[in-house]
Amino acid sequence: MSSEVTLARVTRSEWTKLWSLRSTRWSLFVACLAMAGLGPLIAAVSMAHWNQLGEFQRLTFNPLERAMGGYRLAQLAIGVLGVMVISGEYSTGMIRSSLMAVPKRLPVLWAKLLVFTGVAFVLMLVTALISFFASNAIFTEHHVNQTLGSPHALRVFAGSVLFMCVTGVFCTALGTIIRSTAGSISAYVGLMFVLPVVGDILPASLSNAINPYLPSVAGTEVASTFHDPYTFSAWGGFALFCGYTLLAVVVAAVLLKRRDA
Amino acid sequence: MIEVSGVSKRYGEKLAVDDLSFSVQPGVVTGFLGPNGAGKSTTMRLILGLDAPSSGAALVNGKRYQDLQAPLREVGAMLEARAIHTGRSGYNHLLALAQTQGIPRGRVDEVINMVGLESVARKRVGSFSLGMGQRLGVAAALLGDPATVILDEPANGLDPEGIRWIRNLLKGLAADGKTVFLSSHLMSEMEQTAEHLIVIGKGRMIADMSVEAFVAQASSGAPVRVRTPDSVALTAALIGAGARVSAEQDGALAVQGLTTEQVGELAAAERLVLHELTPVQVSLEDAFMSITKDSVEYQQA
Ligand SMILES: Nc1ncnc2c1ncn2[C@@H]1O[C@H](COP(=O)(O)OP(=O)(O)OP(=O)(O)O)[C@@H](O)[C@H]1O
Ligand SMILES: [Mg+2]
Repeated sequence: MSSEVTLARVTRSEWTKLWSLRSTRWSLFVACLAMAGLGPLIAAVSMAHWNQLGEFQRLTFNPLERAMGGYRLAQLAIGVLGVMVISGEYSTGMIRSSLMAVPKRLPVLWAKLLVFTGVAFVLMLVTALISFFASNAIFTEHHVNQTLGSPHALRVFAGSVLFMCVTGVFCTALGTIIRSTAGSISAYVGLMFVLPVVGDILPASLSNAINPYLPSVAGTEVASTFHDPYTFSAWGGFALFCGYTLLAVVVAAVLLKRRDA
Repeated sequence: MIEVSGVSKRYGEKLAVDDLSFSVQPGVVTGFLGPNGAGKSTTMRLILGLDAPSSGAALVNGKRYQDLQAPLREVGAMLEARAIHTGRSGYNHLLALAQTQGIPRGRVDEVINMVGLESVARKRVGSFSLGMGQRLGVAAALLGDPATVILDEPANGLDPEGIRWIRNLLKGLAADGKTVFLSSHLMSEMEQTAEHLIVIGKGRMIADMSVEAFVAQASSGAPVRVRTPDSVALTAALIGAGARVSAEQDGALAVQGLTTEQVGELAAAERLVLHELTPVQVSLEDAFMSITKDSVEYQQA
C-alpha cells in the first residue's frame, strides 16, 4: 500500500480533528441553533405584534431579511470556530505534531479550509432552509409569507449561507496569520463589527465613500434586499469580500510555509 | 540515520545553535546532552523541519525532513513541549496523525497497548498526568514504526518504573537496528541507556564519542587511592617515580600521575604491603559537569 501524505488523507485527518473536539461540536451546535431558530423567533414576535404596527411599518415589513436574520448571529459562531480550527493548534502546540506529519505544511491549511467550509456549508444550508420555511409558515398568519421564488428570495437565501462560509475561510486565514486565539478573534470582531460602527460615526460624505469597501458591508450586500445608491451591488460586494478573503488566505499560506513553527 | 552538517540557528540576537555537525548512527542509542539552553531542543526542531536553519542542513535518511513522502513512517519524534491538543482524546490524537499517511487504525490500538494507555486512551488529554502525556508522546513517535526515533527529554515526568520502561524500550529499538536519538540534561539518565554521546554547550559541539571513551577521557586525570602501613616509604618511592602524592583524611594516599598497575608494581618492587589499591571512579555525571562547566548558559550566582 502506498503511504505518502496526500491531500485526501490530510483531509480525513482534519475531519477527525474537527469532530473530536467538544469545543467545535458546541460552536457548530450554537451556529445551527442561531441560524435555524432566530428567524422563526423573530417571525413569531413580529406576528404577535402585527396589530400594533402602523400602515407604513406593515408596508415596509421585510419578511425575507427576517426569515434569514439568523445569519447575523450564526456568523459569529462560524467566525470564532474558523479561527479556533487553527489557533487552537498553536495554543496547545498541536501544530507541531500536525506539521511533523505533513512537513510540506500547505496541505494542512487546504484540508482545514475544505473540511471546515464543507461542514459549515452543509449545516448552514440545512438550518437556513429550516429557518426560511419555518419563518414563512409563521408569516402566513398575516399573509406576508414568501417562497424561494419571491423577488430576491433565492439570492438572499444563498447569499446568507455563502457569506457565512466565506467568513469561516476568512477567519481560518486570520487564525493562521495571527496564531493566537484571542488576537485572531479580536481582529475578526474588529474588522467585521467594530469598523462599521466607526464608519457610521464619520461624516456622511466620508463614511459613504469608505463604508462600501468594509468587509462586513461588502460581504453582506448579497444577504440584503435593498441597496443604497452608494453601495456595491449584491454580487459585486460579495466578490469584493471574496477578494479580501483570498488575499488573507494567500498571506496565511505564505506565512505558514515560511515561519518557524 | 541522521546527518547534521554545519547547522546554525539564530533567533534575533541569540545564536542558539552554532555550526553543529554530527551524525547519528543506526543500531545504537545516541544521547544528546547539554546544560539547559544548550540548544538540544532547537537542534531537534531543525532536524524535524519545524524551524528552518539559518545555515547548514540536517538530513534524515539522506533527505531533508520536508522532502520525506511519509515522514511518520521514517521518523518518529517526541518534542519537549507537548504537541498535543488538550481537548482531544489520546486515541483521536493518534488516529488523526495516522490518517495523514494511511497508517491503519489497528496500529493506533497497537501503540496504545505498547505504552500502556489502554484504560485512558478515550479520555481527554487535558486530564492526563505528566507521565501519561509522555507515554502518549512516545506512542505518537512509534506510530509509523519508523527507523529513526528522536525524543526530547523522554524521561521527563516519568516515575522510576516509567524510566526503566522507556530505557528498555529504547534499547530494544536500537537492538532492532533503529536509529535512536534522545536528549537529556541529566547525565545519570543517559549513563544506563546510551552507547554514544553528543555533548553540546552554548550551541557548540563539545564531545562526540562513545560513552566509554567519554568516561576514559574524563577519568584520565583521576587519582589512584592506595593504603599501606608504611606510608612514608611508599610516598618516597612514588615521588621518586614522578607521581604527585597527597594524604587522604583516612590515612590513605591519593596518587596522581601513575596508573593503578604502576602503583601496584612499584609497591611490589619495594616489598611494601598494600591494604587497598583502587582507581578513583569518575562518575559520568562528574565528567559531564567538568566538561560543560565553561559552557553553562545560566550560571548560578
Ligand atoms: N523560538 C525561539 N525564539 C528565541 N529564542 C529561542 C527560541 N527557541 C530557543 N531559543 C533560545 O535558544 C537557546 C537554546 O534553547 P533550547 O531550548 O534549544 O535549549 P535546550 O538545550 O533544549 O535546553 P533545555 O535543557 O532547557 O531543554 C536558549 O537560549 C533559548 O532561549
Ligand atoms: Mg530542551
